[in-house]
Amino acid sequence: MNETMNLLIGLAMGLNLLALGSNRLPTVIRAMAVQGMALGLMPLLIEGQLNWRVILVAVATVVGKGIVIPTLLRRAMRAANIDREMEPFIGFVPSLLLGAGGTIAAVGLARLLPLLPEHAGSLLVPGALASVLTGFVLLIGRAKAISQVCGYLILENGIYLFGLLLIHSTPLLVEAGILLDLTVGVFVIGIIVDRIQRAFDSLDTRKLTVLRE
Amino acid sequence: MKSLLLILVPLVGAALAALWPNNRTRPWLLPVVGGVHVVLSFWLLLAPPVVAPDAWLGFDPLARAVLPAVSLLFLVCACYGVTYLQIRGERSNRVFVAALLGVLAMLSAGHQARHLGLLWIATEAVTLAAVPLLHFNGTPRAFEATWKYLLVGGTGIALSLLGSFCLGYASLHGGGVGDLTFNALSAQGVGLSRPWVLTAWVLLLVGYGTKMGLAPMHTWKPDAYGEAPGIVGAILAGGVTTVAFTAILRVRAVVAAAGEGAMADRTLLVIGLFSMLVAALFLLGTRDFKRMLAYSSVEHMGILCIGAAIGPAGVAAALFHVWSNGLTKGALFLSAGNIRRAAGSASLDEVRGMAVLTPRSTAIFVTGMFAVTALPPFGPFFSELQVVRAALTTGHGIATTMFLICLLLAFFGLTRVVFGIVDGRPRLAARANGKRFVETFGVIAPPLLLLGLSLVLGLFTPTILREAWADAVRQLFPTP
Repeated sequence: MNETMNLLIGLAMGLNLLALGSNRLPTVIRAMAVQGMALGLMPLLIEGQLNWRVILVAVATVVGKGIVIPTLLRRAMRAANIDREMEPFIGFVPSLLLGAGGTIAAVGLARLLPLLPEHAGSLLVPGALASVLTGFVLLIGRAKAISQVCGYLILENGIYLFGLLLIHSTPLLVEAGILLDLTVGVFVIGIIVDRIQRAFDSLDTRKLTVLRE
Repeated sequence: MKSLLLILVPLVGAALAALWPNNRTRPWLLPVVGGVHVVLSFWLLLAPPVVAPDAWLGFDPLARAVLPAVSLLFLVCACYGVTYLQIRGERSNRVFVAALLGVLAMLSAGHQARHLGLLWIATEAVTLAAVPLLHFNGTPRAFEATWKYLLVGGTGIALSLLGSFCLGYASLHGGGVGDLTFNALSAQGVGLSRPWVLTAWVLLLVGYGTKMGLAPMHTWKPDAYGEAPGIVGAILAGGVTTVAFTAILRVRAVVAAAGEGAMADRTLLVIGLFSMLVAALFLLGTRDFKRMLAYSSVEHMGILCIGAAIGPAGVAAALFHVWSNGLTKGALFLSAGNIRRAAGSASLDEVRGMAVLTPRSTAIFVTGMFAVTALPPFGPFFSELQVVRAALTTGHGIATTMFLICLLLAFFGLTRVVFGIVDGRPRLAARANGKRFVETFGVIAPPLLLLGLSLVLGLFTPTILREAWADAVRQLFPTP
């Protein structure tokens, strides 16, 4: 079981790097969808008895992260009529290097934190930290609103990975993260993206510079 | 039961507002719900209920010390909102009224949350409910402000969830059974895994600090407060930040129980002083009087953090400051909204001579500015004096000096902007615009009332409030 989990986490970490290195938005969104599906399967693989709350988390994640959000993102992309991230604030190669360095740092950092015996061999903590770092790189380094939303998604996926450690002891916390943060949060972000596009036409957050000191 | 009603009544009000057909009468739901909320919360203040130790939600001493202030501020802003939304009759206010009542419901839930997960859910819900309020004006600048608010605020809230997970894992690693009420976590005390507690504290401080608007996570604040209607700014500055502050206080109590209180206090002190310094420097440079209020809010959040960092007396002073700052800032936001409406701009470059065009709002604005910069006998003077006294008795001499220097710099910055727009001859365009804005009772009475409340709070601080603050301190610093 644990090996399958680690395989999936490794896949998610690879997809992080793909999202960092690609300038084509459809590729990034597809990576998000696959990552969402992989994340959704994980609660079923964790040892412990399966109850309806765990299954709820799994189903909600697959549907939300794997299907609904990518669809919304694609729609936003079509509406805005862009499919490429041109001139990001942090270039693709530097962001890849940052992401790779961040992943290594995450593995090192995770060694410092004590884990329960049942989580010892798992990649959950390094995977979570690496995803959070990747999310930050995308949030800071990309100019297009859709890329930033993808960055936010990866950040949240990292938090979700971490939450899996707690899924049997406090399922409420994990459910809250998925249900509220993801569906509503990205839904609202999606609406905002839509509005921004109407106001600015090109979805370039670089133009959001009227308000500054 | 009454504590649940504090959440349910605004929720029902929000649902009603969403269904209410008439755009002109819908805003009246705001003061009606606000009135019921004030009655309930003051009833609970006078007759505090017994909260079961393992309850997830309850009107406990900390909620009792803070929530009535938010409730009172909301009611006054709601009365202002009726007139404001009638002036803005051309826009549909369905979403605005419903979202505002939703914010009130979630603020009540957040203040009363005694469970780590529930607290997070309420804060997240407040964040989302505030989005339609921010882009009510529908201008490109309002969209920009909303986008930044959502991106920065969303990241902050995500980090606070990660922090909550870490605290949960600290409990699990220490042999906990997954009970994440603050009482259970504190009871576990030094049994919590220390590295995880430290990680959790950093993440939760950054996460909830973003919601509070502490520097350097304050960047959403000037944009949001600058572009949102005055009433929204008042509720964000006096209510939403407060819920984040109580969250930090509750988490700090757990961290202290785990034996890391000194470290938590040091970080709070540093981040508080840094916020004050950043705010003071930006206040010296800003040229927009609504953004000025945002930086002033950052400064006062810094004061709250410093109070929270210096022991029981400091926390009591900080709770006092929540009241005095919230009410005074409310008066400033509402009167600034009037001035902004009459002047047609918020920039120092375009606005002057407002003492001629809107004499009453200007008088309130100037008085409010003096009140918020701690002029006696208004509330902020006494609460800040208490913070200083607590800091000196606990031996924080250098911090006190920095605190006072920042207050002085902020005073210079605020007076520079305020007198810049008040003095001089009004521009011709503003004269024509200003004639259309009439200072009716509906837009003058609410800020005046808030200013009066701040004065009363300073001169005759009610004994019941002092007791409520002392009770909250006893809850946060349990004597073994």
